[in-house]
Amino acid sequence: MDKIHAIELKNITKRFGNVVANENVSLSVNKGEILSILGENGSGKTTLMNMIAGIYYPDEGSIYINGEEVHIRTPKDAFNYKIGMIHQHFKLVDVFTATENIVLGTKQKPSQAKKFIADLCATYGFVLDLDKKIYEMSVSEKQTVEIIKVLYRGANILILDEPTAVLTPQEIDKLFNVLRNMREKGKSIIIITHKLNEVMAISDRVAVLCKGKYVGSVLTAETNETRLTEMMVGEKISLNIHRSDPKNVSERLIVSNINCINREGVKVLDDVSFTANSGEILGIAGIAGSGQRELLESIAGLQKLNSGSIIYIDPNTGDKENLRDKTPMQIRNLGVRLSFVPEDRLGMGLVGNMDLVDNMMLRSYGKGGPFFVHREEPKKLAERIVSQLGVVTPDTATPVRRLSGGNVQKILVGREIAASPTVLMAAYPVRGLDINSSHLIYDLLNEQKEKGVAVIFVGEDLDVLIELCDRILVIGAGKVTGVVDGRNASKTEIGLLMTGEQASSSQTEGGNEA
Amino acid sequence: MKKQIISGTHEPFAHIIKREKMPWWKEWGVRLCAIALSLVVCAIVIKLVIGVPPTALFSKFADGLLGRMRADIPQNHQFWLTMGDTSILLLIALAITPAFKMRFWNIGAEGQVLIGSLASAWMMITIGKYVNAGGVFPRWLTLVVMLVVAMIAGAIWALLPAYFKNKWNTNETLFTLMMNYIAIQLTAYCCTEFWSKKNTSNNVGVINSEGKAMGYGWLPTPLKESFPKVSEWLIIIAVAVVFSLLIHIYLKYSKQGYELSVVGESENTARYVGINVPKVVLRTMIISGALCGLVGFLLVSGDQHSISTTIVDGRGFTAIMVSWISKFNPFAMAAVAFMFVFLEHGAAQIASVPLPNGQRLSGAEEFSSILTAIIIFFIIGCEFFINYKVVFRKFSKKGE
Repeated sequence: MDKIHAIELKNITKRFGNVVANENVSLSVNKGEILSILGENGSGKTTLMNMIAGIYYPDEGSIYINGEEVHIRTPKDAFNYKIGMIHQHFKLVDVFTATENIVLGTKQKPSQAKKFIADLCATYGFVLDLDKKIYEMSVSEKQTVEIIKVLYRGANILILDEPTAVLTPQEIDKLFNVLRNMREKGKSIIIITHKLNEVMAISDRVAVLCKGKYVGSVLTAETNETRLTEMMVGEKISLNIHRSDPKNVSERLIVSNINCINREGVKVLDDVSFTANSGEILGIAGIAGSGQRELLESIAGLQKLNSGSIIYIDPNTGDKENLRDKTPMQIRNLGVRLSFVPEDRLGMGLVGNMDLVDNMMLRSYGKGGPFFVHREEPKKLAERIVSQLGVVTPDTATPVRRLSGGNVQKILVGREIAASPTVLMAAYPVRGLDINSSHLIYDLLNEQKEKGVAVIFVGEDLDVLIELCDRILVIGAGKVTGVVDGRNASKTEIGLLMTGEQASSSQTEGGNEA
Repeated sequence: MKKQIISGTHEPFAHIIKREKMPWWKEWGVRLCAIALSLVVCAIVIKLVIGVPPTALFSKFADGLLGRMRADIPQNHQFWLTMGDTSILLLIALAITPAFKMRFWNIGAEGQVLIGSLASAWMMITIGKYVNAGGVFPRWLTLVVMLVVAMIAGAIWALLPAYFKNKWNTNETLFTLMMNYIAIQLTAYCCTEFWSKKNTSNNVGVINSEGKAMGYGWLPTPLKESFPKVSEWLIIIAVAVVFSLLIHIYLKYSKQGYELSVVGESENTARYVGINVPKVVLRTMIISGALCGLVGFLLVSGDQHSISTTIVDGRGFTAIMVSWISKFNPFAMAAVAFMFVFLEHGAAQIASVPLPNGQRLSGAEEFSSILTAIIIFFIIGCEFFINYKVVFRKFSKKGE
């Protein structure tokens, strides 16, 4: 070993059941270096970092710190090895002040530690009122507290999991300045991010993960965004998904200039416009949390919008209805047959503790007399779905949470399709499913498309999007960054649109195509 | 070889895994074992602390149910007393179950029942005074007025926290708890200020016990000649049986019951399918509170014929345990309520156990609470072993 690394991972493998989250990953971070970890959703970045932070323990492989092999079993072990992780979701006590949160869990009293913390702030250039209570703070201030907290505990290796996702551009600049200061002081920093421009701006080296595997690492100075995207999305893999040509295409859903600002004041949907056509599968691609959920939920009547309109065109009468700010019940009462397979299957689409029959009833329990529920129809439907889609279950009286992920999804998709929709929205419908179940879901979506349904498919796997969808709408940070044709788009092209680069030029291109 | 040692030594010593569902006979086997084990632990505690043979104490416990010991209580009366108290506890548990199934943490049953009692007592006293002053008012209508007013009062007490929860997302646990104290203070105020027999005490005494209004607002005691021991409790027991069935049907077969379980399981799912969550919360709490008010009416009209701040006697809280241990199943609730009342009545009996030194047990009440707590601890604790199993680390042998 010619050079001693601050931290080095050798052949790390981690499996969850039969899902391999990390396979044979080896990488290293030098002292006084900022390393970016780049990868698509589900490429295993966070899992890898959690193993360094002591949240998971690797199945195989070893970790070296300053050249010595270590075992990090708990977050406390990680602290002892001077590793600190700043998670995406902050772990702070709301009613305590910054100082109280920083010393929490150590033996120091806030009053004693204050001087030391103030010095830390001065050294690294943090701007923070140490007596402010957490609940009065902005997201960026909370993040600062988290960073000071790990520095206070003496961390030499800092891991930041998507630190910029919640920050404004000005706040990102401030954060990057602090990170650079820390690098000057010899700290090693690992930063997880999706945003290529940030990778280029802040890091010394970039390590790329793709589908759990380590692709390689390159010096930032010697690469560019296109090459990084190519590494990140990997080679094109043929999945042999059947795709028929769209027939009888007509406008079904016209979304115009919708805007949505969430509770934290972040603009999650920024002037989004698109059209979903009947007889077509419209794919939606984007980094996780770019506004996909809000987009679908606003169409389904679950998300209030600040402006814009969602016009539904009735296939039989041609009547137009604005669905904006209507409740799901009002939408249904208008005769709009809108089916929605949400991302959170057991937390939204289904009730885990209820059996198959009661889950079938969710959409239709209101039918029939005023007082009693009728379980005959739902029971028949459940039996039909079980036999047609090959759901593996002991019986229809089994709570759905006992079923495997694929079977849960078959139940949910089956129920939504049984309502014979005119618009079908599916968010990550094949996430966590094996090949066979995934293909069954693709077939079901295709069948709906051929029936003239306007299908909206939110996906994360670019290979799937390119093979399944007729058109792909790409969104980045709540904005539409482009619309591409599924038949001749490349993964690199979509990858670049997703990460927010060339947004302005592609948007006009996409506009022309659509 | 090296890898094995690493994984062997770094696996946690024991970890907990959620079980697949057990067959029902195995579940009940675990529960029986837990009860047996709890009795063993009780026996050890009895032997160590007071030194009497545990069996003597256990047989006293059983007397709580069958009531052979006290001369002033007729044979079998104790059994029907247990049944009556079980019915009251069961009714309160039934009343709060829809709210808990909706995951609305209503710990205000105590206050909702009490305010129901207060409202019926108010009606009872007012009508009684009117009748004694020469007014005419039908006996049956007195009961109806008391019942309706009690249910409205209970519903209002439950409605307020639900309304504020919907409107400003207030914490229902604190809110319902605070409502209990308001109910208690209100009752105390009414008792001392308006209804006490002398100005110095807050003892209301038996309401409508004299004059023309004698027995006004008292629940009838049917079949008194043929079944003297039962008649006092007959209506309350019948109401409990009827409401067990009704609540079972409501929760399992009605649309409203279905809606509230969806809201309880996942508010997101409820919104997703278009259930109006605030409406369901409000409606369920009104039903729940009205039922609590009904129990308050039964306590005043059927049991006490009086009113005091301790009329509910903590049963509003015990009922929460009854409801949860039974996993919201009304029939299981009947069994659990019986167990709680049995333990309480039994525990009251052990005060009469002669100690080895010939004296009576001092602090018997506290001691019986300890025994009751041990038994309940085991019964609730065994649910953990039904739902989870504990897997210990396997030590790999050398050379393996």
